[in-house]
Amino acid sequence: MRFEAQALSARRGEDLLFRDISFALSDGEALVVTGPNGSGKSTLLRVLAGLLPQEEGTVRFVDGAEDRPAREACHYLGHRNAMKRELTVEENLTFWADFMAKEGAAPGMDIDEAAEAVGLAGITHLPFGYLSAGQQRRMAMAKLLVARRPVWILDEPTAALDVKADAMFAGLCQAHLAEGGMLVAATHQPLGIENVKTLVMKGFEYGE
Amino acid sequence: MTALLLRDLRLSIRAGGGALIGVLFFMAVVAVIPFGVGPDLNLLSRIGPPILWIGALLASLLGLDRLFQADREDGSLDLMLMQETPLVLTVFVKCLAHWLSHSLPLVIASPLLALFMNMDALSVVATALTLLVGTPAITFIGAAGAAVAVSLPRGGLLVSILVLPLTIPVLIFGAGAAYAATQDPSPFLPPFLYLIALTLIFAVIGPLAAALALRASSD
Repeated sequence: MRFEAQALSARRGEDLLFRDISFALSDGEALVVTGPNGSGKSTLLRVLAGLLPQEEGTVRFVDGAEDRPAREACHYLGHRNAMKRELTVEENLTFWADFMAKEGAAPGMDIDEAAEAVGLAGITHLPFGYLSAGQQRRMAMAKLLVARRPVWILDEPTAALDVKADAMFAGLCQAHLAEGGMLVAATHQPLGIENVKTLVMKGFEYGE
Repeated sequence: MTALLLRDLRLSIRAGGGALIGVLFFMAVVAVIPFGVGPDLNLLSRIGPPILWIGALLASLLGLDRLFQADREDGSLDLMLMQETPLVLTVFVKCLAHWLSHSLPLVIASPLLALFMNMDALSVVATALTLLVGTPAITFIGAAGAAVAVSLPRGGLLVSILVLPLTIPVLIFGAGAAYAATQDPSPFLPPFLYLIALTLIFAVIGPLAAALALRASSD
C-alpha cells in the first residue's frame, strides 16, 4: 500500500497557499507536517482528505489494481470532533462504526475496547456533550479505532490533551503504524512517534 | 445506511432536534384561520384543504436549513463526504429521516386540524392522503436549498426563499387534488397522479443537486 501526493498546490482565495508538495508513504510510515500558523497545514490535510479541491497535482492511494479515490482509504480527525453532543458516546461510536464499515473489510474494534484504548472505559453511556474537552477529544480518537482505515489524517490531534493522554495517543499511533498503517499529522508538539518524515510548511513564500 | 437513518431520527427527538416545532407552527397557522375568516362554515370547509396545504408547506420549510448545517458545524459532514457510500444515497437517507421526523407528524396532525376548518370526512382523508404523497417532494427540493446554503450561518430564511418557487407545483397539484375530492365536476385522480410524479422526480433530482452542492461548498 502506498499513499502519495505529487506536486500538490492549493489556493486560498487569490493566493497559492503552497506549491509543489510531494511525498510518498508506504506501510508503517508517518509524516509530520509542521510550520507556523497560517502556513497551510490544515489546508494540505483537507486536500489530502479530498475535502478541498487542489489547484494542481494528485493524491493517490495505491493498493492492488482497483483505483478508488484516496479519501475512501482515509480517516480524518479535524479540529471538530464529528460527534453529536445530544447522543451518548456509545450511540455516536456505534453510528460511525456502522456508517464507515466497508463490505468485505475487517471490522474495527468493539466500542468498549476502543473506549478502553483511549482510557475512558465505563463512561460510554454518557451524552457526548457532558464530557470535558479533553475527554471529547479522546472519544473522537476512539472513532479512528472503531472503523479501519489504512491512512490516518490528523489535524492537531493532541490539542486539549494532558501529558498522559499524549502518551496514550502516541501508543495508538505506534500500534496503527505497526499494523502497516500510515499517518499524516499536522502538529506543533512532537507526537512521540519514532521514525517520522517531516514536512515543513513555509507559508505564503510562493504567493504571487 | 440504517445507522444514519436511526441516528438522524434519534437526534430529531432529543433536545434541540426541533421535530415538534413544525407541528406547533402548523397548528398555530391553521388554528387562527377560523378566527380571521369568521364563522362562515361553508366558506371554511371550502378553503380548508388549501389552508392545510399552505400551513403544511410553510411548516415543512421551517426546519430544513438544519438538515446539513448541524452536521457541518460539528465536522460530521466532512466524514460523510469521504465515505465510499455514494453521497447521493447519504443525502437521500438524510432526507428520508427528515421527512419521517418533521413532515410525517404534519400529515398525522392534519385530520385533527381539519376539524377547525369544518371539513367533511372525505375531504379530511383526501387532504391527509395528498399531504402524505406530496410532502416528501418538499423535503427533497428543500435538501437542495439546504445544501446550497449550508455554509451560511443564518441561512434559514434564504433556504425558504430559494425553495419556495420550486414547491409551487407541488402546492398546486396537492391542494388541487385535495379540493377536487369534494367538488364534483373536477376529477381527483389526474392531479393526484401528477403529485406522485412530482415526488418521484424530486426524489431523484433533489438528492443529486444537494450532493453536488455539498461537494462544491466544502472549505
